[in-house]
Amino acid sequence: MRVALFATCVNDALFPATAVATVRLLERLGVTVDFPAGQTCCGQPQYNTGYRRACEPLVRRTARAFAGYDHVVTPSGSCVAMVRDNYPRIGARAATEGRGGELTDAATALAPRVIELTEFLVDVLGVEDVGAHFPYTVTYHPSCHGLRMLGLGERPLRLLRAVKGLELVELPGAEECCGFGGTFAVKNAAVSAAMAEDKLANALGTGAQVLCGADNSCLLHLGGTLRRRGDALRPLHLAEILASTEEHPWRPS
Amino acid sequence: MTSRDLILGRIRAALGDTGTVAEQPLPRRYLSAHAPADDPAALLDLLHRNLTDYRALVHRCTEAELPSRIAELLAARGSRTVAVPAGLPDGWLTAAVGVEPLPDDGSLTAARLDAVDSVVTGCALAVAETGTIVLDGGPGQGRRLLSLVPDHHLCVVRAPEQVVASVPLALPRLDPARPQTWISGPSATSDIELDRVVGVHGPRTLEVLLVTV
Amino acid sequence: MSDTFLGMPAFPQAAARAVRDRQLRANLRHATHTIRDKRARAVAELPDWAELRSAGKAIKDHTLRHLDRYLVQLEEAVTAAGGTVHWAADAEEANRIVAGLVHATGTTEVVKVKSMATQEIGLNEALAAEGVTAYETDLAELIVQLGEDRPSHILVPAIHRNRAEIREIFADRMASWGRPAPEGLTDSPAELAEAARLHLREKFLRAEVAVSGANFMVAETGTLVVVESEGNGRMCLTLPRTLISVVGIEKVVPTWRDLEVFLQLLPRSSTAERMNPYTSLWAGTTRGDGPSEFHLVLLDNGRTAALADQVGRQALRCIRCSACLNVCPVYERAGGHAYGSVYPGPIGAVLTPQLRGTASPVDASLPYASSLCGACYEVCPVAIDIPEVLVHLRERVAEQGGHPVERAAVAAAGYVLDHPAALAAAERLAGRTRALHPRRLPGPGRAWTDSRDLPEVPAEPFRDWWRRNRT
Repeated sequence: MRVALFATCVNDALFPATAVATVRLLERLGVTVDFPAGQTCCGQPQYNTGYRRACEPLVRRTARAFAGYDHVVTPSGSCVAMVRDNYPRIGARAATEGRGGELTDAATALAPRVIELTEFLVDVLGVEDVGAHFPYTVTYHPSCHGLRMLGLGERPLRLLRAVKGLELVELPGAEECCGFGGTFAVKNAAVSAAMAEDKLANALGTGAQVLCGADNSCLLHLGGTLRRRGDALRPLHLAEILASTEEHPWRPS
Repeated sequence: MTSRDLILGRIRAALGDTGTVAEQPLPRRYLSAHAPADDPAALLDLLHRNLTDYRALVHRCTEAELPSRIAELLAARGSRTVAVPAGLPDGWLTAAVGVEPLPDDGSLTAARLDAVDSVVTGCALAVAETGTIVLDGGPGQGRRLLSLVPDHHLCVVRAPEQVVASVPLALPRLDPARPQTWISGPSATSDIELDRVVGVHGPRTLEVLLVTV
Repeated sequence: MSDTFLGMPAFPQAAARAVRDRQLRANLRHATHTIRDKRARAVAELPDWAELRSAGKAIKDHTLRHLDRYLVQLEEAVTAAGGTVHWAADAEEANRIVAGLVHATGTTEVVKVKSMATQEIGLNEALAAEGVTAYETDLAELIVQLGEDRPSHILVPAIHRNRAEIREIFADRMASWGRPAPEGLTDSPAELAEAARLHLREKFLRAEVAVSGANFMVAETGTLVVVESEGNGRMCLTLPRTLISVVGIEKVVPTWRDLEVFLQLLPRSSTAERMNPYTSLWAGTTRGDGPSEFHLVLLDNGRTAALADQVGRQALRCIRCSACLNVCPVYERAGGHAYGSVYPGPIGAVLTPQLRGTASPVDASLPYASSLCGACYEVCPVAIDIPEVLVHLRERVAEQGGHPVERAAVAAAGYVLDHPAALAAAERLAGRTRALHPRRLPGPGRAWTDSRDLPEVPAEPFRDWWRRNRT
């Protein structure tokens, strides 16, 4: 099977290890991965800040970049949600504003093919045990987009439970937002920081060594807070845990 | 231009974009009841449980026992006066000796009722799923202030005929032209720390007598 | 809306203050978590919750689409039942109508059932200016009124107060409004409720005029519905001779049957009960039972402006249950006052800017008062997609041009993101200069680095790794 990797701008620029891990994991499972170079950003930060029109070139670009792939796999729930929920809205609004159906066509063509990594593993490949080995205590923060917009449900947890050597501990208040929220983290910095504090108090209380997530945007915010506080808890994307094996174990970068 | 015309005009202008939207039939795929509507004994048990759950005091008796049970309950509270709505069945208070009945001939003001110990009423119906009794001012239920001002409300529900399973089954049996009070347990508040406390302005004690044949 | 809120600081500043108030945060956390869990249990009891929710949404949407027709039908039914219907285009007109009706009775006191619409229009202040005293009779509203405070929650306006603070307010302030608090009052909720009962009973017994809102109005039958817990609503709706109900035009539903949906959705979403203790339903007046005079004031006050917005109009489906407040992580930490409106929380953040516009600093900041986590949408019993409306309103604020730096940044990013080669060059530059990146940023970036480190920029972006390893 051949799929396109939608690395996303945040992973490309700030968390390449997550994208590399996704490539290695998928290849290990027998999937051929392409990285169409025309991809940049889904437009979520602009859209959620109120600049809908600024996203329109990115809708066109993203749809064009991934044309022809049945599966566009991405290790970022929030970018999937952007494409699935908001691309059709951008198209509909453009049509209402008298600018035709071109963006709707682009959105409709792309949205059903974009799939979040854990959805792809569990639903398309039908695997839960991906042959990973990760001898650490882990707690999992389900991002809001994964939890509520995509409805990932138990998928990430089922994948984690099948990892050899991994001890999974439940995160109290897991369903609560970490406080990132894109530009919210800056526009309402005090509330955002208070939300991170509470999330991390819960995470630290589990005694876990690793705080796992499936969205690096949450981990950017939580990780930045952890480093400022000097806490030893290590934020890590799920793909990096699943890519880790006994032969090629995960090493802190 | 009147404000009525102004507002209606604003509404019509605001809805200008909806003219072409095809009207869909309203989706009513929800259940008409969550409890077995055809099992009277189970419904009565459910009503009993739900009333109790919201701190109503619930008792059961037969039609023949009703006057003596009412008398006992009034005596147990030490009630000396009881408000009596028009149309309350004659026999209900016959056993309550030593309790002064105050029939509502329209002269029972709120101020007088404030000094009355209890009120005894019937009801229009009861909803098992929600633990609700409905009063609609019919015979034996009285004006709304009767079941409001006295601190003790004793309400008689006849089973099975007055018990329905659910809100959707209750509404068609009620007459919208009559003023209604739906009562689910005694007066309560969640205003202090969002924790439920029983007893504010309405009757602080709600007793329900479930009467079977 | 009420003058009380004019001159409010923008949300971020007010919220930052609230976040530092440890007592407030503890009070809010305790209260919202208590009700949050209870609501989840009450909703889980109904296997057809999703179907009730979609019916509620559909009934409200249908009503809004034919709002003119249903309001006229309601007017006819209320009039036929002996009531009088008034139409108020804005707050000022509604206040003038109510004051005129009160004056006509010759009284200078009214008792009030908790009502969002009358708070929205600042009725108490308007009546005071006309020499009429309005007594709030809901326990939480009483706490707010006695404490000369502002409401901070739709259902529980005094949610920001804990029992000890409430005890103090009662002990200090009840005497100047009527019957004093009992000697030796403790902070047990039962004793506090008893103190409110005694304090208000004399007011109920002598009141000649009551003012209420309504949760629902039925066009078909002219029925008004008030859902409550304490019995203060029943007192106000039953004892006085004159009843004046001020109700937003969006509160109408078409048929008596439609109540079967909303009387299931509202109590479980709101107080997490199968049914609230008291629900009063009446149409017009009834001879010998209750008020002999009934006035319905239908209020627009910005609602038709919201109705004109294709995305924003869904906020008019709101049944004021406050489930969205109770699950909102931002509300939980910022508190209700930061929203500068009688409608706080997620629903307030979409309703207030539509009712008042986005001109003032606080109103322009409200659409951003959310991390878009979606918890509000998930619990909304009429499926208002609050995040969708928030983003839509952000667009309105961005278009009015208040954020020049942000606008420039979006434009610059727009160029880079549409030119992958430029993006790659920028990423490489960041990688090469990473040893020079500061731990704390000056200017607007401080908002990030005040509490968080910047991420370490990797030596090479993913694009370059791919080029080196897979091509």
